[in-house]
Amino acid sequence: MRRFFVRNAPGYVFLTPWFIGFFLLALGPILASLYLSFTRYDMVASPRWVGLDNFEYMFTRDRRFWKSLEVTFAYVALSVPARLAMALGVAMLLDKGLRTISLYRAIFYLPSLLGASIAIAILWRQLFTADGVVNQVLALVGIQGPGWITDPDTSLYTLVILAMWQFGSPMLIFLAGLRGIPKDLYEAAEIDGTRPWRRFTRITLPLLAPVIFFNLVLQTIEAFKTFSSAFIISNGTGAPADSLLFYTIYLFNEAFKFFRMGYASALAWVLLVIIAVFTAIAFFTSRYWVHYENDRD
Amino acid sequence: MSGLTLRNVGKNYGGLSVMSGLNLDVHDGEFLVLVGPSGCGKSTLLRMIAGLEDITDGTISIGEKIVNDLPASRRGLSMVFQSYALYPHMNVRKNLAFGLQNFKMPKAEVNRRVAEAAKILQIEPLMERKPRQLSGGQKQRVAIGRAIVREPQLFLFDEPLSNLDAELRVQMRAELASLYNRLGTTMIYVTHDQVEAMTMASRIVVLRAGKIEQVGTPQELYTNPQNLFVAGFIGSPKINMLETTVTERDGQLVASVDGFNEFTLPELGTSDRSLTLCVRPAAVKIGSGAVRTEGRVRLVEYLGSETLLHIALSSGQVLLVSSSTIHSLHVDDTVVLGFDPTDLHYFDASGERVQTVQERQST
Repeated sequence: MRRFFVRNAPGYVFLTPWFIGFFLLALGPILASLYLSFTRYDMVASPRWVGLDNFEYMFTRDRRFWKSLEVTFAYVALSVPARLAMALGVAMLLDKGLRTISLYRAIFYLPSLLGASIAIAILWRQLFTADGVVNQVLALVGIQGPGWITDPDTSLYTLVILAMWQFGSPMLIFLAGLRGIPKDLYEAAEIDGTRPWRRFTRITLPLLAPVIFFNLVLQTIEAFKTFSSAFIISNGTGAPADSLLFYTIYLFNEAFKFFRMGYASALAWVLLVIIAVFTAIAFFTSRYWVHYENDRD
Repeated sequence: MSGLTLRNVGKNYGGLSVMSGLNLDVHDGEFLVLVGPSGCGKSTLLRMIAGLEDITDGTISIGEKIVNDLPASRRGLSMVFQSYALYPHMNVRKNLAFGLQNFKMPKAEVNRRVAEAAKILQIEPLMERKPRQLSGGQKQRVAIGRAIVREPQLFLFDEPLSNLDAELRVQMRAELASLYNRLGTTMIYVTHDQVEAMTMASRIVVLRAGKIEQVGTPQELYTNPQNLFVAGFIGSPKINMLETTVTERDGQLVASVDGFNEFTLPELGTSDRSLTLCVRPAAVKIGSGAVRTEGRVRLVEYLGSETLLHIALSSGQVLLVSSSTIHSLHVDDTVVLGFDPTDLHYFDASGERVQTVQERQST
């Protein structure tokens, strides 16, 4: 035991800042929120234990909860494949043509760095307002653009486009994955007369599966947690017509607008369970479609 | 007809020319080995034949047809890669069938060819395994099987045995040779290992720095190397090289080599007086030979059927001597060694072979 600590001491020293952050700032609130999810708490009076009331209300009577789930699921279902496809496409372009030009990599990554920032969401809102740049450009070619973010039919798609544009980090991971595929395999395929599409589906995709899987899990978690872009674009309300009522926005409003901290905590834990379930599904199905070069049978 | 013809083939990378004016005829049904040190362009040449690299100048024809602009898949050839290049996510059967399916071949025909290749290469019990479950030798067989099923006019091998251990390499060498005898298809084989080249080839092409140094049968290259490079590259243990200055005395050529007494040379077809004399280790004799000297044994390598002696002359130069009869020498023994001038190969100052007048008359 002593030896274990002596040998691993440097590791723990380096981990200390994270431990301090986790135990002081994160673990307490996490456990508190678990407790609060079984209470009614408005931040003024002390929490009052209500058992499973919050969850019962959520699942049986709260229509906005279901609406927020619907919006969030739709967003995850659209934005994750769209972003991954975009990321893979750009990664393949970079892998093919611009191998040496690391500048492009940096430029393409930029939106992802900025993407999380409030500024980009505000910029996006400007671009897509009824008389924004996008519609002005469309007007030039005689197309009457929709009210991108004011029309409930299109608002979610506008956010999906924003999500697609933030392909940087999965793109970099895809690029690394693509470079890990031996060139010989493509040359063998070339001599074997493999057409590009078949080469993509039968060689690139299967060999990239571990990376696709990794990106899929990460991006799904990311998408479920989407908050700032939707918050800015919907002015924090989920408007128009609750079409942008993301789960996180609903949660935020319950907590910090209506001060229903108990209920908001319950919402947070349900989201955690949902994300865990999706991640678990991805892991369990992965054995059927993810091939690892070095696994042992 | 599936011979291969290269005419004035050149290759530039940007402004850098790595090969130029290369001419080569590969006969139908021959086993041609491209050999040379690393960076000599042998793999590049093979890849140009395969269609994986463009050529900058000249023409490549398979049969009568110029294939410069034909994609790799339509040149009617198969290639075996050094890394095997097996698709790791497909089992052996799928690896073998993949190429055929690309050509929309009927299923029955695909199955027939796969089964036949599996039988030839004795990999039938492995058909459902993934590459990672195979040993190096088995992977190599599957890679060859993938080439066979295509029933190509031309097989290309890019250092296919270099990832195998020594024992397996010898075994696979024999198997490849018997496969060649069985199929009779033209094969072009790249290696840096001159033993592989000597044992398998119908003809060998020795390359250096993008140029062909010599083309010939293994025997021709061994007995009649056209330049110093080929003399040094072909043959193991390596040929002995002796620098000499030749003087003419009483109408005869007299060679003086450091560490030897002067000796007369046969009449040579050159006026060059600064020559390199080469003699194979097997032609150097202990205790005999027309030209003799003394030396001290520096190292004895006992190889079973023969012994390789490293013998230092008084000049400091070390000669290699291989002998199948002498096993009793030890390090630091002083020995008399010698050779006959008829066993010498002569090269001029530019490294080109110099024929004796007698040789010239006999050819």
